[in-house]
Amino acid sequence: MSAGIGTGLGLTVRGLTTLFDTPRGMALAVADVDLDVGPGEMVGLVGESGSGKSVTLRSIMGLIQTPGHVTGKVEWGGRDLVAMPAEELRRIRGSEIAMIFQEPMTALNPVLPVGLQLEENLVAHTRLNARERRARALELMNIVGIPAAERRLNEYPHQFSGGMRQRAMIAIALACSPKLLLADEPTTALDVTIQDQILKLLLDLRDRLAMSVVLVTHDLGVIAGTCDRMAVMYAGRIVEMGTVIDVFRQPRHPYTRGLLGSVPRAGAVRTMLSSIEGTPPGLTDLPAGCAFHPRCSFATDICRQERPPLQSLGADRKVACFHHDRVAAAEAIL
Amino acid sequence: MQNIGSGSLPLFSFVLRRILQMIPTVVFILVVTFVLVRLLPGDPASAMLGDRAIDADVERINASLGLDKPIPVQFLYFVKNVFTGDLGTSIALKLPVTTIIMQRLPVTLMLTLMAALLALILAVPLAFLAALKREQTADAVIRGTFQVGLSMPVFYVGILMLTVFGATLKWFPVGGYGDTFADRLYHLFLPALTLAFSFSAVLMRNLRSSIIGVINAEYVDFARAKGLRPRIIMTRHVLRNALISTVTLFGLQIGTLFGGAVITETVFAVPGAGRLMIDSIYGRDYPVLQGLTIALAVLVSLTFLATDIFQAWLDPRVAR
Ligand SMILES: Nc1ncnc2c1ncn2[C@@H]1O[C@H](COP(=O)(O)OP(=O)(O)OP(=O)(O)O)[C@@H](O)[C@H]1O
Ligand SMILES: [Mg+2]
Repeated sequence: MSAGIGTGLGLTVRGLTTLFDTPRGMALAVADVDLDVGPGEMVGLVGESGSGKSVTLRSIMGLIQTPGHVTGKVEWGGRDLVAMPAEELRRIRGSEIAMIFQEPMTALNPVLPVGLQLEENLVAHTRLNARERRARALELMNIVGIPAAERRLNEYPHQFSGGMRQRAMIAIALACSPKLLLADEPTTALDVTIQDQILKLLLDLRDRLAMSVVLVTHDLGVIAGTCDRMAVMYAGRIVEMGTVIDVFRQPRHPYTRGLLGSVPRAGAVRTMLSSIEGTPPGLTDLPAGCAFHPRCSFATDICRQERPPLQSLGADRKVACFHHDRVAAAEAIL
Repeated sequence: MQNIGSGSLPLFSFVLRRILQMIPTVVFILVVTFVLVRLLPGDPASAMLGDRAIDADVERINASLGLDKPIPVQFLYFVKNVFTGDLGTSIALKLPVTTIIMQRLPVTLMLTLMAALLALILAVPLAFLAALKREQTADAVIRGTFQVGLSMPVFYVGILMLTVFGATLKWFPVGGYGDTFADRLYHLFLPALTLAFSFSAVLMRNLRSSIIGVINAEYVDFARAKGLRPRIIMTRHVLRNALISTVTLFGLQIGTLFGGAVITETVFAVPGAGRLMIDSIYGRDYPVLQGLTIALAVLVSLTFLATDIFQAWLDPRVAR
């Protein structure tokens, strides 16, 4: 179900690379990422903390500022967002493509009423008058399940609980009915019941508006329950990609295998990503060869010398590991 | 998490609370001025009568001023008089102090207001420029210039402006105060600019660093992600948050600004409250001095009130 390249439909990311010029050297936060998201498709993006998930979304949105630098192509509706003039990009941001930030606490402006922060989105992209904007704001508050919407719109973020703040942010992101939603851990701060409601909401919107979604999460259970395809990131690179069913059934990268090891197969209890032994490498001095090799039980000499390319295995499956066959076989034994 | 009604209700009760808090301040101001004036060397009677004072005359004048009564009684009279707008009679000018102050204070007020406005007009865009181009040439030039401004005494800047724009270029009058409103604005421009110079340096430095603090905030990125126009991002999201700390500084600096006004008015021969204050110090005109001190102190605390309210409006979390 992946989007065809050059069809002008959905999102096509090619060779997306984001460097940060830090005092300790160039940090390669996102390296050569390819990603396709078709219309109405929900793609999951997982990886440990610091693997570059948020930077990937921000790079797609064009939000990276100095000392960061983005190269590559982000094609949306036949246009390249990376090369686009600022004003043209501004018109797409918030209307066609919207983003939910990881931290609703800091992403909402503390000194402005929530209603204003929602309606300014409509001011920027629609011709609705004040009354129509208020009506749309109320409608959105109802969609995301914020009670007493009329009063809530006049309140400030600090008057909202964590869950309500998250919903408010989702309402703001959805204000102009975006065609693509980049959701950065939209449910992490929430308890399980609210988490389910929010995910149902996203699925529902996806179906009703044919909205494409990139869903970043730590929670593999969330991906299993909502996404069509998934990509696994490690140290700024996509190391494995495929349909959720395929990847869960037979992971081909040792890192994915490690992540999945932590999810009880019964699926009843959700856990966060397992602690794979060792820590992710520093981005300014990545190890030679495969960035994962110091933590990998499958590693051999070639892994220490050469970086494995992301190779295609069939239509919708990609993996960056020299030993993916051995990994797959090991999984089968389990 | 409690919710206190709509957005404006906490602000209203905050303003009310804040006004009530001014009562002890005013009492304190009255006590301090009362005591201070009595601590000054020399007494008003001899100031009025000069060197040839005889005891009988001194006593007569003291009695007429109520200075023969016990101190607490004097204080009560004093408070009563202040609240009825009677600040006594000027020894030098033989006019009611209230009348004199009402003549002179508006001049100083206008001067300070113009100075504050000019300082803001200078500081806000330059702070933005310096913050956006930080560590680049523009930033260095702006900060360097203001550093110089900050280290130059007000009277020196004043004389410099006077010489260059007044005497040499003749763009502005070298002193005095006009008759019509426009004429007054014109006369006060140089003094106000003088006063604004170091004030804007203080504001600029503070605003520059708070803009740098705010500009990388997540909510600014979120605002960009919403596709808002750059102007709205800069004013509504960046400037408004950055101003919160600057407003406090602004309020605190108003006292300094009045102090600067005294010097500036002297340099530019502006007939304001600053000049009046210096004249009344030299002339031992206690009633005028006392009245002026009270008026200025009340003005400063009103400014604090105004900046507090403005800050509470900027940042709703303050009003809770
Ligand atoms: N502005 C920046 N300057 C320098 N380095 C940055 C900047 N922003 C992000 N990075 C680095 O990029 C790397 C990837 O960060 P990112 O926020 O994308 O991780 P993440 O996968 O979203 O992690 P998490 O799950 O904790 O949100 C991190 O090592 C981070 O330190
Ligand atoms: Mg993140």
